[in-house]
Amino acid sequence: MAETLLDIRNLRIEATAYPPGEPPRNLVLVDNVSVSVKKGRVLGLIGESGAGKSTIGLSAMAYGRGGVRLTGGEVRLNGRDIRLADAAGLRALRGREVTYVAQSAAAAFNPAKRLMEQVVETCLHHRLMSRAEAETRAVWLFGKLGLPNPETFGNRYPHQVSGGQLQRAMTAMALCPKPDLVIFDEPTTALDVTTQIDVLAAIKEAIRDTGVAALYITHDLAVVAQVADDILVLRGGKTVEYGATGQIISDPRAAYTRALVSVRSIEHQEKPDARPILSVDHVTARYPGTHFDVLKDVTVDVAPGQTLAIVGESGSGKSTLARAITGLLPATQGRIRFDGRELSPDLASRTRDDLRELQMIYQMADVAMNPRQTVGTIIGRPLEFYFGLKGEARDRRVQELLDQIEMGAGFAKRFPAELSGGQKQRVCIARALAAKPRLIICDEVTSALDPLVADGILKLLLALQAREGVAYLFITHDLATVKAIADKIAVMLKGAVVRYGRKSDVLSPPFDDYTDLLLSSVPEMKPGWLEQVLKHRRMESAGN
Amino acid sequence: MNSVLKLVAQRIALGLLLLLAVSILIFFGIEALPGDAAQAMLGQSATPEALANLRHQMGLDQPELPRYFHWLGGLLTGDLGKSLTNGEDIAAAIGNRLGNTLFLAFWAAIFAVPLAILLGLLAARHAGKWQDKLISGVTLATISLPEFVAGYLVMYFLAVYWRVFPSMAMIFPGMSLWTKLNTIALPVIVLVMVVLAHMMRMTRAAILNVMQSAYIETAELKGLGPLAVVWRHAFPNAIAPVVNVVMLNLAYLVVGVVVVEVVFVYPGMGQFLVDHVAKRDLPVVQACGMIFAAVYIGLNILADVISILANPRLRHPK
Repeated sequence: MAETLLDIRNLRIEATAYPPGEPPRNLVLVDNVSVSVKKGRVLGLIGESGAGKSTIGLSAMAYGRGGVRLTGGEVRLNGRDIRLADAAGLRALRGREVTYVAQSAAAAFNPAKRLMEQVVETCLHHRLMSRAEAETRAVWLFGKLGLPNPETFGNRYPHQVSGGQLQRAMTAMALCPKPDLVIFDEPTTALDVTTQIDVLAAIKEAIRDTGVAALYITHDLAVVAQVADDILVLRGGKTVEYGATGQIISDPRAAYTRALVSVRSIEHQEKPDARPILSVDHVTARYPGTHFDVLKDVTVDVAPGQTLAIVGESGSGKSTLARAITGLLPATQGRIRFDGRELSPDLASRTRDDLRELQMIYQMADVAMNPRQTVGTIIGRPLEFYFGLKGEARDRRVQELLDQIEMGAGFAKRFPAELSGGQKQRVCIARALAAKPRLIICDEVTSALDPLVADGILKLLLALQAREGVAYLFITHDLATVKAIADKIAVMLKGAVVRYGRKSDVLSPPFDDYTDLLLSSVPEMKPGWLEQVLKHRRMESAGN
Repeated sequence: MNSVLKLVAQRIALGLLLLLAVSILIFFGIEALPGDAAQAMLGQSATPEALANLRHQMGLDQPELPRYFHWLGGLLTGDLGKSLTNGEDIAAAIGNRLGNTLFLAFWAAIFAVPLAILLGLLAARHAGKWQDKLISGVTLATISLPEFVAGYLVMYFLAVYWRVFPSMAMIFPGMSLWTKLNTIALPVIVLVMVVLAHMMRMTRAAILNVMQSAYIETAELKGLGPLAVVWRHAFPNAIAPVVNVVMLNLAYLVVGVVVVEVVFVYPGMGQFLVDHVAKRDLPVVQACGMIFAAVYIGLNILADVISILANPRLRHPK
């Protein structure tokens, strides 16, 4: 039986909130959580945003972000309660016994310093090894993590390498001082799905080869199932379920865990093709003053009451296509037809009806609403602008729209800051619907939401489509979402459509190389999936 | 590296263009002022014939455009012309004065810049606490005091009451460096008081802004102490805004010291300029204006270049 490294008992974490115009309020972020990690084992912490995952993770370094305080229980690391350590004692353990890998490595690296300098800094600061030894170890780790040219990689600055490489470099930085425990805080969440799989494999291998223990924090159960030995499911700062990975995945006991495991259960029947409402015809576009086409000869169409999903990685041109259709980025070649008439490429010369029939919903509902307007004003604005509704008539229509998005009458008087993430996105949907559009462009509308909340939004969108007959152009990088809602799919790569057709055709073999890579990279909720995929890929590349 | 050279060359070319524009403004602006040296020398009761004679002697009756080009050509070859009032060579007279002004500015900067940055780092480190409030309060009080008030205050206490330093900052060639420093101590103190707050506040703001970044948390979680975090991780990213304000203040130390020089009777550019404005000695005023403009533009270009070099994205493109 391995020795216990980290033992958290009855942990309670609090913070003080300062709501504007109200007296300060005490918040309990984590309540009575007990969990332990043995040497060399990996514990997965899973839950939605606000569940207290990162807060518990950082408590293993006795670190609280902002005004977060550890107010009760014990955090025993290597046998001693680190809650009792003084500032010097904490500095001695941070970086030496426990290290941290942040979600956004791009922000977590100092832009003014070379990578090597930052990777070996902890070793030198704690005098764990000489500079030469630390650099040798860093180069070894770079190689281990599959970074290109490990010998010279460290000479670069953070802005000179890609996001996936930075995330690996951050892992190397965390492993370099030979800590006992590494906290991985959503290390692959910000990455594209095809990059995620490589980084995940690299992290898993590095954990295995260095024998380090880890806390792996994520909201994605399928990801944590690949790396964790045990899983702690959290909700609202409380333990929902705690057990071995196999048991949590195959035999979840708590209702909440069952909901997490069975998320994306939406069944959607593909509708038959029909005369399109929107046709994008050989559209090419570039940003003014550049010499590079960001959209290359794109041809797609959408039928009324149907959903076209645009899939691709970041930088593939998905959102640029939306900008070209809405006229924000006028197409340099090709035509955009809507309901049989040709739309002017440029937003400024479109009629008010053109504008009304084509609405948008954005990824960040937060920033797409004026924080100083009430929900009623936000939804009422298009009613005034397009239909001239005022006073009572407007309020009645706002009420109808709120009912449609399954929110009650009281919400009209609330401000965006008083809504949850899912509610904000619902208000944005209501605002789009208020214009009675024929087509709504949904740009990564569920990407910033927790899986269960995202599921609710998708169900709402499908219900609205069935009732109102509105068509969707649904931009996403998430293939599970695509399977759930699409009638047609266009796969984009580097500004061009590489595969396009009915959902059943696009998602069935034979695949082109890129679609195959994309589909096989989506994590599946079964332990051992990662190894299977990698083995399969190695065999394929050996066969070629 | 090529793109950096290009950016730097662009900045320098722009600076030269700006200097040319400034020369036009200075020359014609000062020409357009009422009165001239002949009027000033002969006084109100001069006869029109005497005035015309003197103007002809001084070349003031020539058309303006050829005079401008003649003057500009002189500037480019280092010949600033002759003083209208005493016939002295301006370049020689100014050279000495400029040296004195730069000497004063240099020693003020030597004390003010490190002190301001140190105080800014300390204030940022203790943001919101009493140390921060004390530093901000004191430096803001010193900048709020007009220079002549501050000048007479330090003179009263340090020269008259405690008799630590001399009140007159008269320096001349042949003094030893130590005597010189002792002599200029009071104006240096006043100048430091004047420029400290601006640089301190900018350092504090820039550091606090950087301290919000995720990489500062990374550094804290490595176990680095607070000073190491600020010095090694925050400061390198705060250089650009700080350098810009430092350079503005250095420029002020050269071109804005008129009041301080007059208060302490220091033989620098400021006093020289004021004397010759009174005498309507236009070539001297124009030469002083050009030198001030050149210093100002030069230091700002230097700030730009340092900011460019401090940015790793520009220094090491992808």
